[in-house]
Amino acid sequence: MIEFLQYHLPVLLIVIPMIAAPLAVLIGNRRVVQLLSLAVCWTTFGLALWMVAIVNSSGPVSYELGGWAPPYGIEYRVDQLNSFIIMFVSGLGAIVLTYSPHSLNAEIPQSQHYLFYPMYLLCMTGLMGICVTGDLFNVFVFLEISSLSTYALISLGKTRRAPLAAFQYLIMGTIGATFLLIGIGLLYQLTGTLNMADIALQLENQRQINDGQWTGSRTLLVAFAFLTVGLCIKMAVFPLHTWLPNSYAYAPSVVTAFVAATATKVSVYAFIRVVFGIFTPRFAFELLPLDTALWSFSLIGIFMASIAAIFQQDVKRRLAYSSIAQVGYMLLGISMANIDGLSAGIVHMFNHALIKGGLFMVVGCFVLRLGSVHLDDWKGAGRTMPWTSLAWVLGGLGLIGVPVTCGFISKWLLLTAALDNDLYPVAILMLISSLLAVIYVWQVVEVLYFAQPSEKAKKATEAPLLMLVTTYVVVGANIVFGVWTTYSAGLAAKAAKALLEGGSL
Amino acid sequence: MNIFSPEAMIQLSLALPALAILLVLLTGRFPNVREACTLVVATILFLINCDLASYVFAGERPSWNLGQMMMPGFDIAFTVEPLGMLFALVASGLWVLTTVYAIGYMRGHHEKNQTRFFACFAAAIFAAMAAAFSANLFTLFVMYEVMTISTYPLVTHHGDEKAKRGGRVYLGILLSTSVAFFMFAIAWTWKISATLTFRQGGILSEAFSNGEVSELQLAILLGLFAFGIGKAALMPFHRWLPAAMVAPTPVSALLHAVAVVKVGVFSLLKVAIYIFGLDLINDTGAGEWLCYVAAATILLASLVAMTKDNLKARLAYSTISQLAYITLGAAIATPESALGGGMHIAMHAVGKITLFFCAGAIYVGAHKTDISQMKGLGRAMPFTFAAFLIAAISIIGLPPGGGSWSKWLLALGAAETGQTFLIATLMISSLLNIAYLIPIPIRAFMVPDGEEPQSFNEGPKMCVVPLCITAVGSVALFFYANSIYDCLLPIVQ
Amino acid sequence: MTLDEVFGLYNYWVVICLMMTGFYIVIARKNMIKTVIGLNIFQTSVVLLYITMGKVTGGTAPIIPPEIAAAQNDHHGHVDEHVQHIEQTTEQLQHAHEAVSETVHEVASETAGHGAELSAELIYSNPLPSVLMLTAIVVGIATTALALALIVRIGEDYGTVEEDEIQSINRQERRNKRAS
Repeated sequence: MIEFLQYHLPVLLIVIPMIAAPLAVLIGNRRVVQLLSLAVCWTTFGLALWMVAIVNSSGPVSYELGGWAPPYGIEYRVDQLNSFIIMFVSGLGAIVLTYSPHSLNAEIPQSQHYLFYPMYLLCMTGLMGICVTGDLFNVFVFLEISSLSTYALISLGKTRRAPLAAFQYLIMGTIGATFLLIGIGLLYQLTGTLNMADIALQLENQRQINDGQWTGSRTLLVAFAFLTVGLCIKMAVFPLHTWLPNSYAYAPSVVTAFVAATATKVSVYAFIRVVFGIFTPRFAFELLPLDTALWSFSLIGIFMASIAAIFQQDVKRRLAYSSIAQVGYMLLGISMANIDGLSAGIVHMFNHALIKGGLFMVVGCFVLRLGSVHLDDWKGAGRTMPWTSLAWVLGGLGLIGVPVTCGFISKWLLLTAALDNDLYPVAILMLISSLLAVIYVWQVVEVLYFAQPSEKAKKATEAPLLMLVTTYVVVGANIVFGVWTTYSAGLAAKAAKALLEGGSL
Repeated sequence: MNIFSPEAMIQLSLALPALAILLVLLTGRFPNVREACTLVVATILFLINCDLASYVFAGERPSWNLGQMMMPGFDIAFTVEPLGMLFALVASGLWVLTTVYAIGYMRGHHEKNQTRFFACFAAAIFAAMAAAFSANLFTLFVMYEVMTISTYPLVTHHGDEKAKRGGRVYLGILLSTSVAFFMFAIAWTWKISATLTFRQGGILSEAFSNGEVSELQLAILLGLFAFGIGKAALMPFHRWLPAAMVAPTPVSALLHAVAVVKVGVFSLLKVAIYIFGLDLINDTGAGEWLCYVAAATILLASLVAMTKDNLKARLAYSTISQLAYITLGAAIATPESALGGGMHIAMHAVGKITLFFCAGAIYVGAHKTDISQMKGLGRAMPFTFAAFLIAAISIIGLPPGGGSWSKWLLALGAAETGQTFLIATLMISSLLNIAYLIPIPIRAFMVPDGEEPQSFNEGPKMCVVPLCITAVGSVALFFYANSIYDCLLPIVQ
Repeated sequence: MTLDEVFGLYNYWVVICLMMTGFYIVIARKNMIKTVIGLNIFQTSVVLLYITMGKVTGGTAPIIPPEIAAAQNDHHGHVDEHVQHIEQTTEQLQHAHEAVSETVHEVASETAGHGAELSAELIYSNPLPSVLMLTAIVVGIATTALALALIVRIGEDYGTVEEDEIQSINRQERRNKRAS
């Protein structure tokens, strides 16, 4: 039994949530569906942990779907990088789902719950699929699966702005995915294969990318452009980020918590695979100025988004703009293309998932008790909801990047990576931008603790125990992984090494 | 008593304040038990530190390395050397006294949220201990930031609009300087010398002799450290100190004597001695411009202090001025000045804490905050103002105050550089110190015009006893200055 | 580029026109349904890109003729070689402005015991892009369905599906909230 599970582990990560989704629709009973979904999510997380253990002890795992050998068959390939990502995506999915019941009851009509869970599971399936697959077209398929379910989830928000936000996201997201499809098509034309490792090999053999001179075809450049731009839309890189604030702000709190913690990170992962696995860093960073483009857009995005966050009265929008800035940090790390920078980018994916997931869970608690996301209504809530407010402070410190929180780990690694590359202006700008985070986080802290309680705050009670405990698990993980990073920065460094030495693919 | 190995003593010194945080939070509902926990833990901590000191001042350098669990490539490590040991002794000893004082003050003033208060106190002491014992810049930086965060709730304790604004300035300046300058300086240092470990003679000299860093770059680096370590309150990043006066007085005593500011100048001294190395600073003249800035801070702060009527504000600017003495000691970078700076950490700590204790006692006992209101108050509070006078003498630098020795050493160091303006600065600032400190107790003992002399009405006993002890301490240190000098001597060899 | 080449690339011209048309509609039109239509056109252009990419000049449907199938019955017909040759053909589509050169495809007849000279020269079009596009079309339909469902909801909530009208309604709502 164990061998069977272990052999099929990569595909089980996807199959289990995928089968559970239509099952849930068929079952229809709210309670049963809830339990089923919880069981499925935690099982997936357990499998993901097992996967991490296997990959770290015996190296990358390759799985042939349906027994068809690559490059004709679809291959699922799990190495240090994607096992790391699968682990925290499934973990956050499980814990946000555990946290969800009270919040869902308040924001989504109970008769619709049995439809919410399948969408959630499908989103999980999609995200897992993007991470686990080694086939480029498969990435597109799973990307669309996760995106479509995300659009549906976002539209479940209470206000009429929610379907509108979902629609706007749909349009931009579909354009992005279609760009991705065009890029995949052009690559297929050039190499005749869809398997990522094989594409890299074919490109190598065709001497498209080699020795200092560009001898290849223009098609490759176009393919690269479409792929990167398509992924940039999904990652919400400036200036293609406009879908994000509305989507995060108007979705139900549980959805925002899950999506904010996972969706953009998985897109960053896809970006890393495409740039480092298929196109090789030498092509992207030496022949083409991707590094300059990345760090300049990242920095502009970081500053613009952080400054925008300072002026938001809606806390979810504030955090949404903050997410755009944080993705900028990830890309900043990636743009440096050395081990430090890449591991900084990768570990920041993990750290930010914890930080933002935690913060949005805190927001969910406040929304439940205060019934509002506006700062004016949150005034003085520090007195009636002390634990929730403390969780905001802890998560906020992580966002600022104070030592002892995981945010500091990413920031320090980014700093040393930038200096290693002699990018002094980048380093200084990055440091200054993190000070902006102090402003937009601390504004909320001051509102919570120093202002006279608003009407809603006076009537509020502390958040339900389940929500508090799960929030503190995530926020606590923030601190734990700020002090003990063997399994975060350590794993990220291993993944970065494997990527740069071309060992994984 | 040698039941603990030196390494275990380091671990205990860190574990005890952490334990105190836990105990305080757990016993929050029982105020007396809660206070007893802090006092017991603080006393044990001080005793452990004394024991540890016996090893360190005998020449040993105990250490404890936690490895790279926090950051790949960077250790969290602790090594005790004389300067850090002195700082730790001062911090732990004064923690005991400040706790006693705080109990008297907070209860006498019926303050709220005392559990949070004492817990954050313990957290700040933890950070101070860890910073004192840090073996490398990374550990020091981590603990430096932990202290900033743990003292914020203390500064904004009252939770009103004034506290919020004060806290904003406090956090704003300290975080900005530490992130924008200090962190950058540390990373740059690491890039130059591939290590961050404090070492006798500094770690940058090889890189300099290889030509990897120029003199200008070294000067800039020193500047980044000097301004980045915002807790040293070098102008123009000094505004957080007066802003932090919104805090209850035990916090001000902690900030201005025990933990926060001393971490600042201590870090600066460690950077000067163990990262740059005194010889390197001298050879390259990297500290020259810093001498000017420090001297300017000394004078300007003293001048501003003279204009302040609010006692705590005056003491705040006095602190800024005194801290700049230590910065000057680091900038001049001769053995005497460095030793003088190190000694001044202890002397100023004991003296200034007395002054703040007095300010708090006056506030609780007589409800007065402004100096102009304090004429004749000495009749009612003789112990308080006597202690004030004694401590003021130490701060000014006159015998038999302990501060006279540290200032003497600093003056010797300044004389060695041959820069007359430095010696002049020291002399003028001593005069200014007299001008803004001495009138306070003198006026207090005078008879107020047209009013009856007040009856004896000291502040709470738990406030007055500690301040008498520290006042006596500032005189006692005068006689122990030689031993302190001998203990500190190894750092400059 | 010679005139021959320009006309030879006509499929790509069509793809580009459709793509730009679709994209323009998405960006420039305020009516949401038109936006969705534009998105559809955009996706259709990509479908065309793939399908035309798969077509080999002179190629037939990738179905094994009965004679060859029968001959390969003993060999658990995995048409590896067919696929291999199709792959090779596809690789040569690299220079799109050149008409795809005919790849003579030899069916290796390892007909044990038959000895039949079935050396037919068969050229197949590449089936894979069309298959990929089946998936993409399905995805496109799902997206369109979802988009239309959202539009129905939005239409019910706002009473209009014109984006500029909706934005002004939102702005009005925000102004009212601030006033209250």
